[in-house]
Amino acid sequence: MAHLSPPSPAAAGPAKRSARPAKTPPEATGPGHTPPPGWHPRIDPAPLLPEPEPYRLLGTPAARDVDPALLRRLYEELVRGRRYNRQATALTQQGRLAVYPSSTGQEACQVAAALALRPQDWLFPSYRDTLAVVARGVDPVQALTLLRGDWHTGYDPRARHVAPLCTPLATQLPHAVGLAHAARLAGDDTVALALVGDGGTSEGDFHEALNFAAVWHAPVVFLIQNNGFAISVPLEKQTAAPSLAHKAVGYGMPGRLVDGNDAPAVHQVLSEAIERARTGGGPTLVEAVTYRIDAHTNADDATRYRDAVQVDQWRAHDPIDLLERELRDRDLIDDAELKAVAESAEALAARLREEMNADPVLDPMELFDHVYAEQTAQLREQAAQLRAELDAEEDR
Amino acid sequence: MSTATAPASAPAARKPATMAQALRQALHDALADDASVHVLGEDVGTLGGVFRITDGLTKEFGPDRVTDTPLAEAGILGTAVGMAMYGLRPVVEMQFDAFAYPAIEQLISHVARMRNRTRGAMPLPITIRIPYGGGIGGVEHHSDSSEAYYLHTPGLHVVTPATVADAYGLLRASIASDDPVVFLEPKRLYWSKADWSADAPQGVPPLGRAVVRRAGRSATLITYGPSLPVCLEAAEAGRQEGWDLEVVDLRSLVPFDDETVCDSVRRTGRAVVVHESSGFGGAGAEIAARITERCFHHLAAPVLRVAGFDIPYPPPMLERYHLPGVDRVLDAVARLQWEAN
Repeated sequence: MAHLSPPSPAAAGPAKRSARPAKTPPEATGPGHTPPPGWHPRIDPAPLLPEPEPYRLLGTPAARDVDPALLRRLYEELVRGRRYNRQATALTQQGRLAVYPSSTGQEACQVAAALALRPQDWLFPSYRDTLAVVARGVDPVQALTLLRGDWHTGYDPRARHVAPLCTPLATQLPHAVGLAHAARLAGDDTVALALVGDGGTSEGDFHEALNFAAVWHAPVVFLIQNNGFAISVPLEKQTAAPSLAHKAVGYGMPGRLVDGNDAPAVHQVLSEAIERARTGGGPTLVEAVTYRIDAHTNADDATRYRDAVQVDQWRAHDPIDLLERELRDRDLIDDAELKAVAESAEALAARLREEMNADPVLDPMELFDHVYAEQTAQLREQAAQLRAELDAEEDR
Repeated sequence: MSTATAPASAPAARKPATMAQALRQALHDALADDASVHVLGEDVGTLGGVFRITDGLTKEFGPDRVTDTPLAEAGILGTAVGMAMYGLRPVVEMQFDAFAYPAIEQLISHVARMRNRTRGAMPLPITIRIPYGGGIGGVEHHSDSSEAYYLHTPGLHVVTPATVADAYGLLRASIASDDPVVFLEPKRLYWSKADWSADAPQGVPPLGRAVVRRAGRSATLITYGPSLPVCLEAAEAGRQEGWDLEVVDLRSLVPFDDETVCDSVRRTGRAVVVHESSGFGGAGAEIAARITERCFHHLAAPVLRVAGFDIPYPPPMLERYHLPGVDRVLDAVARLQWEAN
């Protein structure tokens, strides 16, 4: 298949011609038979259109232009990420995690998102993006605090510039826009990268965030991980758009379409979008086409809504296998390095097991500490009530 | 509207000012004092807001500080969250009470919870200004009293001024607060006047403190926002019935000032809570319960509520039948079992 070179931000893919005949304005036949007063074409939509098919690098000649060190780094993080997912899912079965939304199959998006950012940038993850959060440098155990069943995020968002894992769908997207807008007003070269799923694109907050971002020219990049399903509902019941990337055009920003299982391709497309945002080019919407290999969460049964044949097709397009093949075919990695990567992943899993198997120490009194900057009189009374109940429990 | 600042040496001239002017002055002074304060909302820029509360501010502080946003309330509040995460102090305007509802998810799921969720690491000092209440002849969706939705959400302060001076002071205090504040502006009082000086606007009251507006001994009327003038008028009229009514203006619904309310009720022994929003599940229900729990042995009669009916807010031609007026307040006072004394 002929491979398309990545489009420049100014020309995101060739313009597709509509099947409809071109509409040319008829000649004016008299006074007032002109376009409505003040109307003028605003921007040319053609440069905003996404690639006609998902952009890929692996297995193409262009892959040779990618820094081999980046390929190895991506590979290591993919392998560690998958092992993390597997271990976290196992911990739910052992009752050590309340719930875990696995991103197995989507590791390329997760890892590329984290690695494409600079330290001053911000990541706005959804609840399925623990791997991206960990790859950005948040402690792998702390990152699971909420999913473990604790009451708080577990990490200080300011330390690594990672917003809390966000559960209400797409509600984190306007936060990313506002933060990017504030950074731009301050003259900082900070970019915000916000992650959302295919289901999230149906939410009103997705629309409002993209609209605000484009109007404000905010330095923000939206990454849709289109993993095929919103829990059980497939994409065709979610949207009638040509692609999710096409939605960008309606907001006046470029859309990019990328193979979400091709880690260097996702990394490249995101890096270009981030650089564009950093240099004043405004927002970009990226759709990464991927697949959720696991069920929605450990509590879900994916056999109720999807065919095993489809899962097998995606297993044959596995992000780790695709990258490993590239590395092996081009002798960019040897057996010792592969073994080291596997050991690194096992060490991560062992640490997760060890720390998550220890019973966490939660102080229920802390529930009253951060509701307000200063505890209200009412909360002081309620805290005293709980204190008394706890003391009575201890006395029994 | 006067925006001029008098020389520091000039004595403060107190002349009639409207609540709208005081609110505008508060925004002006907050913008001038703190570069992290940003005002955003629909029509707040060039137009100066549909109630002119932001009149001239974008001209003085520029469109980056006072910003006309796209018409999307969840987007306005959602982006304000991100701005606050980056260290700004956003003041957002919701154009009308009922138009704030699209922002409810951002408010409940994020604004109210971010400090708690991050164990105090990420407070959100956002002020959400909402013109609320009826009595201005507004058509549907322009007269809701939505305070109960907000006060039921832990993590929010809910503040509402009833006087010109408080409009200034409470708004300054709200913007200065490190917690999110839902600041409810009684729109039928926007044009109420009082002697007040923009040049010496008086102190900034602490949030969460009620104030006794009228001292009395027979019973306590507990109210806030748009119903304060009604209660003060009722208290005056009540003198003819031989009642000496105390009037408490709550100013903050959250945090709630149990102390001031209970001090008053324990002295008078009778209480009526007055608000124009629907009674069922409203602020008055909570207040009546709190008084009963804390002051039961001081009460000579059950705590009564005077509230709007449990109906969708009526049209302009009928709203006077819905809004609690002086007569309805005094009828409630009359039912406070005076014969038992």
